[in-house]
Amino acid sequence: MGERVAIIGIGQTDHRYLRSDINHEEMIYEAVRKALEDADLTIRDIDTIIIDNMDLFEGHYLSDAMSVDGAGMYLKPGLKMNTGGTSGGTAVVTGWHHIASGLFETALVIGWEKQDAAPSISALVTAREPLYDRGMGAGAVGIFATMGLKYMREYGCREEHAALARVIMADNARRNPHAHLKLDLTIEDVLKSRVLVWPVRLLHMSPTSCGAAALILSNENKSRRAAKPPVWIKDIETAHREQSVWRGGCVEPNPKVTAIEVAASKLYRRNNITKPSRDIDVWELYTPSSWALFPWMELFSICEKGEAWRLVEKEVIRIEGEIPIEPSGGVVSTNPIGASGLIRVAEAALQLRGEAGERQVTKKAETAIATAWGACHWIVILYLSKHL
Amino acid sequence: MARRVGVVAVAQTKFEESKPTLHLQDLVFEPVQKILQETGLKFTDDGTGIDATISCSQDHWDGWTISSKNVVDGAGGHLRPEEKVAEDGAYALYYAALSIIGGHYDCILVVAHTKESQVDGRLIENAGLEPLYSRMLGLDFTSCAALQATQYMHRYGISSQQCAQVVVKNRRNAIYNPYAQSPGELTVTDVLGSPMLSDPIRLLDAKPVSDGASALIVAVEEKVKKWTDKPVWIEGMGCCYDRHYLGYRDLTDPISLTEAAKRAYNMARISNPRKNIDLVELSEYYSYQELLWSEGLLLCERGDGGRLLESRATQIGGDIPINPSGGLLSGVPVNVAGLNRAVEAVAQLRGETGGSQIDGAKRALIHGTGGVCGQMHCVIILKKG
Repeated sequence: MGERVAIIGIGQTDHRYLRSDINHEEMIYEAVRKALEDADLTIRDIDTIIIDNMDLFEGHYLSDAMSVDGAGMYLKPGLKMNTGGTSGGTAVVTGWHHIASGLFETALVIGWEKQDAAPSISALVTAREPLYDRGMGAGAVGIFATMGLKYMREYGCREEHAALARVIMADNARRNPHAHLKLDLTIEDVLKSRVLVWPVRLLHMSPTSCGAAALILSNENKSRRAAKPPVWIKDIETAHREQSVWRGGCVEPNPKVTAIEVAASKLYRRNNITKPSRDIDVWELYTPSSWALFPWMELFSICEKGEAWRLVEKEVIRIEGEIPIEPSGGVVSTNPIGASGLIRVAEAALQLRGEAGERQVTKKAETAIATAWGACHWIVILYLSKHL
Repeated sequence: MARRVGVVAVAQTKFEESKPTLHLQDLVFEPVQKILQETGLKFTDDGTGIDATISCSQDHWDGWTISSKNVVDGAGGHLRPEEKVAEDGAYALYYAALSIIGGHYDCILVVAHTKESQVDGRLIENAGLEPLYSRMLGLDFTSCAALQATQYMHRYGISSQQCAQVVVKNRRNAIYNPYAQSPGELTVTDVLGSPMLSDPIRLLDAKPVSDGASALIVAVEEKVKKWTDKPVWIEGMGCCYDRHYLGYRDLTDPISLTEAAKRAYNMARISNPRKNIDLVELSEYYSYQELLWSEGLLLCERGDGGRLLESRATQIGGDIPINPSGGLLSGVPVNVAGLNRAVEAVAQLRGETGGSQIDGAKRALIHGTGGVCGQMHCVIILKKG
């Protein structure tokens, strides 16, 4: 293997619905400056920069090109990734490969989305195959509706359980100063919110957020001398999945094999993770809807099939619980799409540093899994550890 | 470099003004199928074949948000690693090589596609400009390039005739390239008589609208040696960003290109690029860019691009042939451009290019660029095994 890779700098903006006070470059700069301050470095210490964003959402072609000043990319090497909702995770993976190659000592990885600039949902409709699928006009909601419906029917879970999952996320988000939605919710509030596509209600879906996040990655030599204790990215795995509806892909509610299962099993095997609920201390799963939480927990083998809603009912996923999931409040509270995957990694790293403030998990946190999910069952998984 | 990376195989489609019968998935699948048949490699999880796919496309050009979705089934991404570089294809090769050097993967399929014919490129390029101050001026990349060309020609006395000679040379080189879209015997008069797009850039000074795809397999040294008798090694790589706003830049001084080239030269231990490199495949979206980029690559002094061309050094048979394939001016789509330069350079280093073959070619430079007026550049040095 190549060089070991650690996170030595973490920065993110306070995520909000509107950032009309600044343009996208200034928003990126906010996150970059915080990451540099956190690592006690200057932009001169950065060897390469990886950036990601969903071009079509804001209507920017080559959005990296017009972010150079804000990102500090002037006369630096770097490139832009875009893999959909997984982009933020992919960008960290790209930075990871850069450091592992030994050609760079430090990499700045940036994810951002400024959704107040354009209606991103109308761009999302074009995510469908143009001849056979696009006419459906489907966005993300339908996927979670079929997922929730199928889950309820198979396992006896009720709407109340997904509502409880949403309440827990809201409780977590109120303890996270950066979170977008800091709602004080009850199960009744969620059940009273408007139906989008049943059983998905408005409060079950992630918000439209503006925000940026940045990480500084470095090799072992540099990380050992870093200002903050390094958090190691021990391993990564990614898998995509064919999308076309007409071939039984995208909206199939319970596909026979999912990318999550394929990628997670590979990563677990390589790292001797035999019982994920025991071996992993903190989870930052990318769940764009509270209805996704149950299948995700099962596909990641946190529990057996059909058991996730019972675990949620016991509230073990809370910050104080045995299996803390999304202590940050998750994607359902904050979703600047191109940054969301990167925020999962940032939040997991803060937990392992013990710097998560009010949202710091009660149990001892030494290992974490951060994921990014997107498109149609695509996944990026990063395995983080406090120890090399 | 911890691990040596080489090219196993290359493939490309024929480039055409329009491929109306091909769905984007089919367009991607064409070179992928060719390369799989040629190498006999399969997408595997046990290290016996291709470990991952890195694709390159743009949401805007595909009219498809998350454009790599259409690559998933066409390029082996189903339930497997696939990542999309949203930059020129040369960057996809750069990232693939890095991922192998780092040790996580041993073998990667790189594929780039674009169907320029299905969209109005000028609208996309306009969206490639900063939204508050620049976009509403109605600029596209051609009108911006015209500003760059004017400034460059004025400062260094580059003539329209010299630019036209680039077109004549490249289109003639393309005659030997079976994949080229618009080979032809043109004259300087033909170019100077073609309709004006944006002064001083005329229709024949600009890359034509083009559809097509390219694919390439890279692998770690042991596997390259096992899978091919004609290995081509990646010796050096570099890339670099310049600023975005045209007013902040000296458009006649492609500093990000020079910076990218210096990184690649350092890595490949090249001290005298003009002497140490046998051929160059660069991305000239407009004729003047071949002259300007040859300066940026340190193949000649600043301002000497025109003289370099007139000395016939950049022709096939010259001491530093540029674009023996015919280059972008003979028709290669955006995004595919940089990766296709690598595909063509590999064919040269393997001695497989027939009439345009450079005798004794051992080392090639390939170049990809993105953004307005060549804002960012990627340079890769390839060496015959």
